[in-house]
Amino acid sequence: MTVFFSQLINGLSLGSIYALIALGYSMVYGIILLLNFAHGDVIMVGAYMSWFVMNQLGLGPVTAVCATILTCTLLGVVIEKIAYTPLRSAPRISLLITAIGVSFFLEYTAELVMGSGAKVIPSYYDNKTFYLGKVPLGLTSIITLVVTVLSMLVLTFLVQKTKLGKAMRAVSEDMDAARLMGINVNSTISFTFAVGSALAGIGSVLYCCSYPQATPTMGSMLGLKAFVAAVLGGIGSIPGAMVGGIVIGLCECFVSAIGLSAWKDAVTFAILIIVLLFKPTGFLGRKVQEKV
Amino acid sequence: MKNMISRRNFLAAAGVVAAAGVLTACGGSSSTAASTAAASGSTAAAASGDTIKVGVMGPLSGNVSVYGQAVVNGATLYLKQVNANGGINGKQIEILTEDEQGDATQAVNCFTKMVDEGMTALIGDVTTTPTLAVVAESADYNMPMVTASATAEAVTYDAETDTVNANVFRATFTDPFQGIKMADYAYQKLGYTKAAVIFKKGADYNEGLAENFVNEFESLGGTIVDQESYSEGDVDFKTQLTTILGKDPETVFCPNYYEEVGQILSQAESVGLTVPFLGGDGWDGLEGYATNDQLKDTYFCANYAKGSNAEFEDAYKAEYGEEYPNGFSPLGYDAAKTVVYGLQAAEDAGLEAGTDDYKQAVIDAIASGTIDGITGTFTFDEHHDPVKQTAILTYVDGKPVLKEMF
Repeated sequence: MTVFFSQLINGLSLGSIYALIALGYSMVYGIILLLNFAHGDVIMVGAYMSWFVMNQLGLGPVTAVCATILTCTLLGVVIEKIAYTPLRSAPRISLLITAIGVSFFLEYTAELVMGSGAKVIPSYYDNKTFYLGKVPLGLTSIITLVVTVLSMLVLTFLVQKTKLGKAMRAVSEDMDAARLMGINVNSTISFTFAVGSALAGIGSVLYCCSYPQATPTMGSMLGLKAFVAAVLGGIGSIPGAMVGGIVIGLCECFVSAIGLSAWKDAVTFAILIIVLLFKPTGFLGRKVQEKV
Repeated sequence: MKNMISRRNFLAAAGVVAAAGVLTACGGSSSTAASTAAASGSTAAAASGDTIKVGVMGPLSGNVSVYGQAVVNGATLYLKQVNANGGINGKQIEILTEDEQGDATQAVNCFTKMVDEGMTALIGDVTTTPTLAVVAESADYNMPMVTASATAEAVTYDAETDTVNANVFRATFTDPFQGIKMADYAYQKLGYTKAAVIFKKGADYNEGLAENFVNEFESLGGTIVDQESYSEGDVDFKTQLTTILGKDPETVFCPNYYEEVGQILSQAESVGLTVPFLGGDGWDGLEGYATNDQLKDTYFCANYAKGSNAEFEDAYKAEYGEEYPNGFSPLGYDAAKTVVYGLQAAEDAGLEAGTDDYKQAVIDAIASGTIDGITGTFTFDEHHDPVKQTAILTYVDGKPVLKEMF
């Protein structure tokens, strides 16, 4: 039973990292219907930033966290301005392929600059392990879960209750109509990317707390899993991303726990296929009426 | 040894280079005549009576050159030392050096060129693929050949036809050997009877070590309580480690490369798995990837432990002006030592260098000999693999130090 609860906690902490990254994915998709495949690689750049600030500059963890989130935010906005804005009126497929291109660009640039070996990120804080009975509960797991839930709540508030959120939803609904209503579409989209990328920055820090190594390709599988989580929960839905992430995390853990670790990814993607077959909108996605 | 890169890349590299440069002549080559008596690189005749010609080959350029240079430098160092001490029964060794650029075709070209120059014995090759090509060629000449570093079984022994390549020996231990050694060490020296294993699936090195560890540990009477695996690219090992924790082992064998070992050790700590870990030579470079606490009481094996032979390390530095680069240099040194051991026997028998009898005498001497190397004292088994002690290393304050030879 101890093992079962330990695995449950492993699954929850892994799942909440997926969830946090899925939030950024889902949000960008929800507003401009773009699958930002570079999202995972923004996390990678953030991880290198943490390494650079703490290992090379010798500055403290607070500076590192701020620098990481700031770098990710700026990078997200810059990517949007350079790569996506010129394609605003292009077909969706062009945008998608550009996103993949950006992803490769970031990965190989990182490999060129940083080399292909892993860089060890110094720990941000002393990880303590608490025990609930015999079940170990790491401080990192707790922090990850709490930050993810908080991020989800803040994001929901932002989108549902603020003026900017209203603008976002309007742009998402109909870009041209929103423009006619006096909404600055460009700055709204930039803001969306900034928020999404800031989430990637937070995700980067939390990821590095659990897995303190930065490699050029760390973002690709991570991004893919987060994407699966977002689709599973209902892409565009903020609570859905959260649910999807946790489900994927738990699923991976229990598949490994019964001794099928080699099948872990296969099971994850099989779940994606099944969900897409039977409930294409995901757990919490809403049915969108095709505009005529 | 640090041939992770070579294992992964040299096949591809060899293929590319082979396609690009088929049939070009040998790369940069040099013939170091140690004795003034050594005539010009005369004709294809056998070695002159005054010198013994020994070939040294390896990739001195190209993307596995880091290993080639290490081996060639290590081997050359020993041969020069022999010459400085009066040679073999008064005869100087003439060193023929060839660069095979990490390519199998080049390697064979280099080999035949050295045969034409009157080579009596060969130290080489370095990586597995070109070595196999040279092995096939060398059989025709019954050329005594000692590779410092090629770990593939097929280099010395063809399992399909159950034949030993009679003229070929190696100085490095093989992958299965490491698994067996660590099982022996865990059971006999450390007194563990319950072990678990965690390894990467789909990788020859990791699976080979794990499988041999499990078989040996069980045949000694120990129990393998759990075998966990993971896939390429995985970063989360907490689930597997939690399962291992639930099976309550006394030690965990983790025959993986250092980046993943670093992740595994730190995640083991976070799930509360605090038993000592054991590993193979893929752990070389682990310092910095795990905390000093996590590295405490861990053990891994290596051909050579840095700092265990100051004489060699100082001599290398004096000769080349830099620290020896990696574990391949001591192996090159020992490969040269093995060749010289064989040559000594042939010289003692009064045979003429380069003749068939001479070569056979060299081979026989090595096969039955005991080499007092810097990577341990070793003999050769029936497959021409060295039977030797491994250096067992542990971490003190996060730094690898030699625990003992085992």
